Amino acid sequence: MAKRIAFVLLRLIATLFAVTFLTFLMVALLPGDPVDTILGTGPRAPGIEEQIRDDLNLDDPFFVRYVSWLGNAVTGDLGTSYITDQPVADTIQSRLPVTAQIAFMSIFIAVVIAIPVGVLGAYKQGRWPDTVTSAGAQVALSVPNFVFGIFLIWLFAVQLNWLPASNWNRFSDGVVDNLKTSILPAVSLALAQMALFSRLVRSDMMATLRENYILSARAKGLSDRYILFRHALRPSSLSLMTIVGISFGALLGGTVIVESLFAVPGLGFSLIAAINGRDILVIQGITVFIAAMFVIINTIVDLLYAVLDPRIRRK
Amino acid sequence: MATTDTNIESTSTEAHVATIAAGSATTRPVDDFVVPQGVKQKRKSLWGIFREMPFLVKLGTIWLLIVLFSAIYAQLDARVFNGSLPLADPNLQLNGFNAATGEFGTGAILEQPSWARPLGTDALARDTFARAMHGAYVSVTVAVVSVVCGVFVGGLLGSLVGFVRGKTETVLMAMIDVLLAFPALVLLLALISIFEVRDLFVISFVIGLLSIPAYTRVSRANSLAISNREFVLAAQAIGTKRWTILRREIIPNVLPTLLAYAMVAAAAVVVVEGSLSFLGLSVQLPTSSWGNMINQARRDIKVNFGQILYPSLILTFTVLALNQVGDFFQRRSAFRGSSL
Repeated sequence: MAKRIAFVLLRLIATLFAVTFLTFLMVALLPGDPVDTILGTGPRAPGIEEQIRDDLNLDDPFFVRYVSWLGNAVTGDLGTSYITDQPVADTIQSRLPVTAQIAFMSIFIAVVIAIPVGVLGAYKQGRWPDTVTSAGAQVALSVPNFVFGIFLIWLFAVQLNWLPASNWNRFSDGVVDNLKTSILPAVSLALAQMALFSRLVRSDMMATLRENYILSARAKGLSDRYILFRHALRPSSLSLMTIVGISFGALLGGTVIVESLFAVPGLGFSLIAAINGRDILVIQGITVFIAAMFVIINTIVDLLYAVLDPRIRRK
Repeated sequence: MATTDTNIESTSTEAHVATIAAGSATTRPVDDFVVPQGVKQKRKSLWGIFREMPFLVKLGTIWLLIVLFSAIYAQLDARVFNGSLPLADPNLQLNGFNAATGEFGTGAILEQPSWARPLGTDALARDTFARAMHGAYVSVTVAVVSVVCGVFVGGLLGSLVGFVRGKTETVLMAMIDVLLAFPALVLLLALISIFEVRDLFVISFVIGLLSIPAYTRVSRANSLAISNREFVLAAQAIGTKRWTILRREIIPNVLPTLLAYAMVAAAAVVVVEGSLSFLGLSVQLPTSSWGNMINQARRDIKVNFGQILYPSLILTFTVLALNQVGDFFQRRSAFRGSSL
């Protein structure tokens, strides 16, 4: 157990080094003078070139620059955008809650729908409810999230006029107003997750239902519903938790697209804005932040799994 | 009998293998071994494989062939025949002033589908059908380039370390694990935006590079399983060189499974390119791709939903077809593997 934790933590550190190094390398490899790239072709304030050169230690060798950049990044200083004059860390701090809300909502929606659908599929194995839900999951996995998002906009904003097509109301503006603007992005991200989770629950449960303890529960005369949700679902919860954790990381990538489709002011939206404005330091900062989050979440899932599953814990 | 014994021992040391392999040229070649009648499996023709597909997979295959044909046809029209094939110019604004001829076109913007324009026209009065056909080229290129990268580099690396094992495997798989820990889409966005890449082949190549780790994983797992099979042990026992075993026993058996995986991976890659296009970060306009067609039609969602719907459906059908056909081949290769 201790060995496993040590291994996982070692891998986390190695991966974090790789992530930060590659992100830093990308910017360092840019052709031409970095000052020109960062400032663009617009008019420049006097003395700003020297300031950037000094801020980024551009006269130092590459590894010295990387180490000092990494040191600053670890202490929460990702530099200051020379275009908006805002510290990158501040941007991330103000945008992160929005992205986190969308990601959590979509995971919640996906799990709440996927569990009954998956259980139904396993229970009615091979009959029409199973066929329909399995085919539905196959299709849902193949619909790109931005395509589904546009369809939702068309249906709920244009045709039915129930919800706004874009825009964002903060949580402090009232829960209902906030939900009105966050539900469509969350649902469009949830579709693929839902399909993934329900497939997993179905196949997991089909194996569980063949176990002897299910047979004995049935022999005791417990109702099907009780057996399905109390006895059979429990062992599947572990694998479900693992895949939820992994998709949470994947969702961070998905939010980039959905946020820019619905104009939701989250991390992904800022990333795209920075890309369009060629704000190199913001691109670098957000990329390294999302990548680090992704790596850390996956590690936590890995550790939780080891802690929760008695079979692995005993080893 | 005595020679067989030395052969089995020699698999442990490199030097012996070399001498035996050199010696085997003088003895009877292994290939002279007569295969007993009825043992060799008859390879199915492509038509035979098509016939055994379920109905929906058949439809998927036909759809993929149509997409492939569209991509080739559109490129032939644009590059070889200079637009003389029967397909509208995808960038010609039918209502606008044409600088070359000095005439105004007759088409209206956001036209509904008709016989002349099967999918209508977009907001700039361009033929949507022609743009969709040209868009197929972008998706096909990205899928093909990334599959070639993945199968060649990932497949070779995975087969090699799955067979050779040892330190090489540990080091390579640790690196692969680190690479797989990246959120690919975000990394891709950063790479493409920082270096301002807009060339289709460079984008495809970057996507291909990022998909190598997954291919390596899949082919390593298969190579591990195959390396323990009787025919590989037999080849080792008669002192076949490791490189020859890799080339003649391992890779031919890893390849079918890997290609089945490649179709499913290609589906993901088509979605990634679609997302990039949708964000305006893939090929440069006015070159059309399904993603940028959807993005451009977004403004007119209230006026003409069809212009969003057609490229969306084409993209979704393609992804669905790749997934279905890939699943079919994965089941098929798993089935064949178990029966061997």
